[in-house]
Amino acid sequence: MSEKEILLDVRDLCTVFQVGKRKTVTAVNGISFQVGAGEILGLVGESGCGKSVTSLSVMQLLKNTSGRVVSGQILLKGKDLLHCTEKEMRAVRGKEISMIFQEPMSSLNPSMRIEAQMVEAIRLHTDMDKKAARDHALTMMRKVGIANPETTIRSYPHQLSGGMSQRVMIAMAMSCDPTVLIADEPTTALDVTIQAQILQLMRQIRDNNNTGILLITHDLGVVAEMCSRVIVMYAGRIVEEAPVQELFAAPKHPYTQGLIASVPKLGSGVTSLPSIPGSVPDLSMMPAGCKFAPRCSKACDRCHQTEPPLYRLKDGRQSRCWLAESEAVQPAEEKEEQIG
Amino acid sequence: MTPLLSVKNVTKTFPAGRGKNGKKARVHAVNNISFDIYPGETFSVVGESGCGKSTTGRLVDHLLVPDSGEIWFDGCDISKLSDKEMRPIRKDIQMIFQDPNGSLNPRMRVEDLVAEPLLIHTDMSPAERMKVAHELLQVVGLGAKHAHRFPHEFSGGQRQRIGIARALTVRPKLIIADEPVSSLDVSIQAQVLNLMQQLQRDYELTYMFISHDLSVVEMISDRIAVMYLGSIVELADKKELYAHPRHPYTKALLSAVPIPDPTVQKDHALLEGDIPSTIDLPVGCPFQTRCPRCQADCKLKPIEPVDVGGGHMVACLHMEE
Repeated sequence: MSEKEILLDVRDLCTVFQVGKRKTVTAVNGISFQVGAGEILGLVGESGCGKSVTSLSVMQLLKNTSGRVVSGQILLKGKDLLHCTEKEMRAVRGKEISMIFQEPMSSLNPSMRIEAQMVEAIRLHTDMDKKAARDHALTMMRKVGIANPETTIRSYPHQLSGGMSQRVMIAMAMSCDPTVLIADEPTTALDVTIQAQILQLMRQIRDNNNTGILLITHDLGVVAEMCSRVIVMYAGRIVEEAPVQELFAAPKHPYTQGLIASVPKLGSGVTSLPSIPGSVPDLSMMPAGCKFAPRCSKACDRCHQTEPPLYRLKDGRQSRCWLAESEAVQPAEEKEEQIG
Repeated sequence: MTPLLSVKNVTKTFPAGRGKNGKKARVHAVNNISFDIYPGETFSVVGESGCGKSTTGRLVDHLLVPDSGEIWFDGCDISKLSDKEMRPIRKDIQMIFQDPNGSLNPRMRVEDLVAEPLLIHTDMSPAERMKVAHELLQVVGLGAKHAHRFPHEFSGGQRQRIGIARALTVRPKLIIADEPVSSLDVSIQAQVLNLMQQLQRDYELTYMFISHDLSVVEMISDRIAVMYLGSIVELADKKELYAHPRHPYTKALLSAVPIPDPTVQKDHALLEGDIPSTIDLPVGCPFQTRCPRCQADCKLKPIEPVDVGGGHMVACLHMEE
C-alpha cells in the first residue's frame, strides 16, 4: 500500500442502530480499511453483514435513520468526514466521493428528466452555466457508452432500461471527477450480459481517472474479476482481508472457505455443493465469542468463549480466527472486544 | 420413454395498452415454444429478465392459459381445461416460488400451511394431515419445534424449506421451481439446492427449474432450454450446452458470467446493441439487434429450431461450429 496514494482511510468505524428505547444493535463493529488511488477494493459478505451500512456511514447518509456512527475516523485525503458539518458534507458528496446504488430505478427521481437531474448535480459542484453543464452531461453520457445521449437526456427514468439507468447513474456519479467511488451492488439488479458491460465500464473509469473504487458485492465472481484486494465481512466485523489471488487460492478464515466452496462454478461439472450449516446470527442476539463459531466446523471451546482479534498475517493479510494465531505477525486491534 | 409434459407450439401474449400507431398493442411474452420434460429429469429454463421463462412456468401450471398451442401433461391436454377440470390435476403439478415471503400466508402457522394442500386434495382426517405435515417438515430439515410458528419467525432459507415441504405434501409428479434460490445468500443457496436434489432422489420427482443463474442451472439440470425474448433459442443436454454452445446468444450469455477464480483471465465477448421491446418484436430472429453473426436472411422470417444431433436444438441460421 505504501507506494500508492491512500485516498480513503477508514479507521475503527462503529455504527449502531437504535432499536428500542434503551436498546441498540451494532451493525458495523470496528471496521478499518484503506482505498488507494486506482485500486478496486472489494467488500464481500452476505445480507445483513453490515456492508451497506459501512458505505452509508462513509457517505454520512444515516442522518434520517435510527443509525449513527459512534466512533472511528473516516479520512478522505486526510480530512475527517465525521467532523464535517452537513453543509461541508454536501460539498464533498458527489464532488470528491460519489456513490452508485443497487437500484438505479429507485435512485433516480422519477418525475425529473435525466437532463434536469444531471445538470443539477453538475451545477451544484462547479460554476458551469446551464448550457455548459448540459454539454458536460452529454459528454459524460457518451463516455459511459450511451449511444444516443441527445435522446436519452430528454427521457424520464421509466423510459430507460435497467442497464441504461445504471449508466446514467454512473455518468452522474462520475460527472464531477470524484477521487473515490463507492459502488454498492452496482450490478445485482442487472442481467449478466448487461453486468459484463457495466463492470467493463467501471474498469475503464478506474484506468482513465485513477479513481479509487470501493466495490460492495455479494458475488464472488464479480470480486474475482474486478478487485485487487478483498475484505470479507461477517456479522458487522471484518473476518478476513487479503489480496484477491491469495484469498481465492488459500482462504484463511473458515467462513471465507465455506463461502468460496458454496459458490457454484460455471463449467466445473459438480452436481452437489458443500454448504455452510445454519444461518447468519441476529444482530440483537449475537453469540458470545467468535460470531461464526455456531456455524463453524472447526470451532473449539475457546471460539465459543472469546472472540479472536483480527490477526495481522504476512503479505498484508488479516484473519479473525484463533487458527491464524500461530501465523500472526502481530495481533491487530485488540480494544474492539468491549464494543457491541 | 414418453414425456411427462409436452409443450407444443405454445404462444402467449398480454394486452399492453395502445402502441405507437394507436392500435391495441400486445406484449409477446412467449412465442411458439415447444419442449418435452421426461419423468425423473430436471429440465431447466434459463434466460434474462423478461425472456418469458416465468410465463412458461405459469402456463405449464395452468395459472395462465395459452393463446394457441397445446400443453400435454400425463396424457391429457391441459391447455383447454377449465379451472374446475384442472383442479384434480393440480395435485400432480406443484410450484415453488421465488419469494418465500410473498408466498406464505403470514397469518397461518407453518404446520397449517404445509397441511393445506392435503385439505384440498385428499380426504384425510385432521390428525393424519398434521402427521404428514410434521413428517415433511422433518424431511426438509425443520424440527417439530418449528411447526407451531409463523412464517415471519423464520429466515429466508428456512422459509424456502417450508415452501418445498408444502409442494411435497400431495406427492406431485412435477414440481415447477421458479427462481427458488435467487433471493438467498450463497451459503444458504447451496443448502436448498442440495435439499432439492436429495428430495428428487427420495421421492422420484421431476423438476422444471426456472432460473437466470447459469452456474446454478449447470449444477442441478439434466437438460436446459435457453430463452430469449419469448423464444427458445437453444435446447440441449447440460454437458453438451456448456461444452458446445451453438447459438450466439448462449455463447454470449455463458461468456458474461463472472468466474469466481482470479487466476482465470476471461475474455468477455461483450454484446452491443439494444434489446428490442417485446411489444414490437423484430421479424425473424429475436437476437438480430445484438448478434455479432447477424446477416440479411436473419431478418426475413421466424427461425425454426433444427436438431444438430442428439436432441440438441438450435434456432439459428448462422450458428457457431
